[in-house]
Amino acid sequence: MTPPHELRLSGALDLAPAPERTPVHIPPRLGHFIDGAFVDGSDTFDTINPATGDVLAKVCAAGAEEVDAAVRAADRAFREVWGPMDGAARGKVLYRIARRMQERSRELAVLESMDNGKPIRESRDVDVPLAANHFFYYAGWADKLSYAVPGRTVRPLGVAAQVIPWNFPLLMMAWKLAPALAMGNTVVIKPAETTPLTARLLCEVFQEVGLPPGVVNVVNGAGATGGHLVGHPIPRKVAFTGSTGVGKRILASTAGSGKKVTLELGGKGANIVFADAALDQAVEGTINGIFFNQGHVCCAGSRLLLEESVAADFLGRLQRRMSTLRVGDPLDKNTDVGAINSERQLKVIQHYVDVGRNEGATVWQGSATALPKRGLFHLPTLLLDVDSTCTVAREEIFGPVLSVLTFRTPDEAIKKANDTEYGLSCGVWTEKTSKLFEVSHALNCGVVWANGYNLFDPASPFGGVRHSGFGREGGLAGLAPYLEVT
Amino acid sequence: MHRPSFPNDRPWRRARVDNAMVAARCARVRTRSIKTETKDHLLRLALSMVDLTTLEGVDTTERVEALCRKALRPLSDRPDWPSTAAVCVYPNHVAAARRVLGPVGGPVKLASVATGFPAGQTPLATRLREVEQAVADGADEIDMVIDRGAFLAGRDADVFHEIVETKAACGAARLKVILETGELGTLDNVAAASRLAILAGADFIKTSTGKIQPAATMEVGLVMLEAIRETYLATGVQIGMKPAGGIRASKPALHWLVLVAETLGSDWMSPTWFRFGASSLVNDLLRQLVRRDEGIYPSPRRFSVD
Repeated sequence: MTPPHELRLSGALDLAPAPERTPVHIPPRLGHFIDGAFVDGSDTFDTINPATGDVLAKVCAAGAEEVDAAVRAADRAFREVWGPMDGAARGKVLYRIARRMQERSRELAVLESMDNGKPIRESRDVDVPLAANHFFYYAGWADKLSYAVPGRTVRPLGVAAQVIPWNFPLLMMAWKLAPALAMGNTVVIKPAETTPLTARLLCEVFQEVGLPPGVVNVVNGAGATGGHLVGHPIPRKVAFTGSTGVGKRILASTAGSGKKVTLELGGKGANIVFADAALDQAVEGTINGIFFNQGHVCCAGSRLLLEESVAADFLGRLQRRMSTLRVGDPLDKNTDVGAINSERQLKVIQHYVDVGRNEGATVWQGSATALPKRGLFHLPTLLLDVDSTCTVAREEIFGPVLSVLTFRTPDEAIKKANDTEYGLSCGVWTEKTSKLFEVSHALNCGVVWANGYNLFDPASPFGGVRHSGFGREGGLAGLAPYLEVT
Repeated sequence: MHRPSFPNDRPWRRARVDNAMVAARCARVRTRSIKTETKDHLLRLALSMVDLTTLEGVDTTERVEALCRKALRPLSDRPDWPSTAAVCVYPNHVAAARRVLGPVGGPVKLASVATGFPAGQTPLATRLREVEQAVADGADEIDMVIDRGAFLAGRDADVFHEIVETKAACGAARLKVILETGELGTLDNVAAASRLAILAGADFIKTSTGKIQPAATMEVGLVMLEAIRETYLATGVQIGMKPAGGIRASKPALHWLVLVAETLGSDWMSPTWFRFGASSLVNDLLRQLVRRDEGIYPSPRRFSVD
């Protein structure tokens, strides 16, 4: 029902283009980074700018031999240089990496937005600063390892094999590298095949700050390359962030190998809004929860659970806010929702919206701008009248699509929030503290945000339970996966 | 004239605000990048929304007259640029200002801070008399202050009653109610006081006198705009907004306009419904407009001090 008086939000603010113009260098052909040097490879594929469809670079896919060379370089660097190095000296290098990332932050942000499609506002204000902060944070641990586990002796594991996703290419690289390196491990890492550019620039940073050769090695490629890396006999540690399907395969393939494994997988986070929440602010949190990074966030608040007595009121507020979101050029400083990273992912999202509609959901879409004529984009979308049995309430969509459910009591909210195979994150919105604590403790997931959503800090552990994976990244807990404790 | 009666359940005290997310929303508005044509448009709009203000103990008739002339034509060699929305002066200077601005109905409104500005600590009868005098002398708008002490002590009925009486004394003049948010202490209080003022008959709600810091922060502004939004959606009654105090440069002023556009929409993007209470802001707006027009920043001396 339309209320008798509605705001005229559309067209209230026409913003002229405000493009970020920092120049960046993209090499026409990306090979690998092995033993401190950029090396060429073969089997090229294209990485595209999802906002335009333009090819950004040709990328080489590493085969078994290249992966082997990278792992052996890492093993040598671990035994001869990085492992034996004094912790304080390692910390110094990590601090230098963090500072150099800050100095080159604008380039990193522009490259990330071009390659991934995320708005420059986010790559500039969230991804890049947070990535640098992870290095700052773990640099501080490098010389304090003997105190990390009181009364026990800790040692690095050796070579870590790491595979990261395309949704936060640089940030996930920092999450993986910083704790591993601080502990004295060395790394072979594989960026996602659609987003290799910032990893390339970070390797330049490693050269600039004097990270010893072989400590970090980057191999490009898709699933096959990842298979070679994870299956290589030398690494003692496998860390993966990505889909639950691939995570299961990795776990199966490493079973019995003695490799330590951590998996950070998918999610179907519930964002629970009680009637006694500060509703306008809960709207803002809901927006951050699902439209941040086009919803390509494993911990996205992709299920909105509304207390029925305020559901209509809240949806009105949410729709008004959605109609001020600007969808478009990721490099425009005013863009709120950027491009979908790949055509494949766009099709997945469109498929789920169709599934939702076919299962009885009402589809509502809104934005302040029309969709750009070219490039891969998707409007911010609500799926209304969804219940817990619907596919769109159970499966991860990984896009700007929010499934809306209602509840009547806190118990029902808890039950619905936990009614999922996943267990990564939830949000709880209420101004009543007793309810906040009661509900938060009853939620079966790794992260609960109280009156907030998608807030990250290097000092705070992050990770999931059940099909969202295991192991923690960030904080003291983030050291454990990279340590041998005796 | 209809006088609203005091609702004993004090509905405004149920308003809820979450500080952290208010700050996050405002931070996001501040990332909006205003360029080229948008900048031209919003600079002119901002200029047309200023309540050009002088509220000093040393104000003289001459100074007020000069201010009125500046309001009518902010830059002497640019007659096509908009005049400001209003001038805002102490009640003593209303008659003098009216003589310069010309008869009621001209391009620049005349506002006066009646009601024992800025403390509001004079007897109600005195304050009402002051309002009547200012209106009789030609004020189009009255800016009153609420009794913050009474509000903080929970004597909401007193605050409500004073606004109702002041509104009645205004007659046809529009009433702006100053919450003095810098003394209210919390955003919850700002949310409550905004709703109280609106229910009691405010035509505008205004952040500050300019005599207390902090004054017009965007966080306070967002909470007030949300109260205005709720009122409009529920009743269709449109209330104006006036941040005052501390907005001295163009950039924050333009971000205020973004906040208004994204919170209330195009119906509020006019001097009828949105004002800046400011003095030095005008010169910075002019400086930016000249820069847009001529390509270089002019010397600050090109613009008169007042």
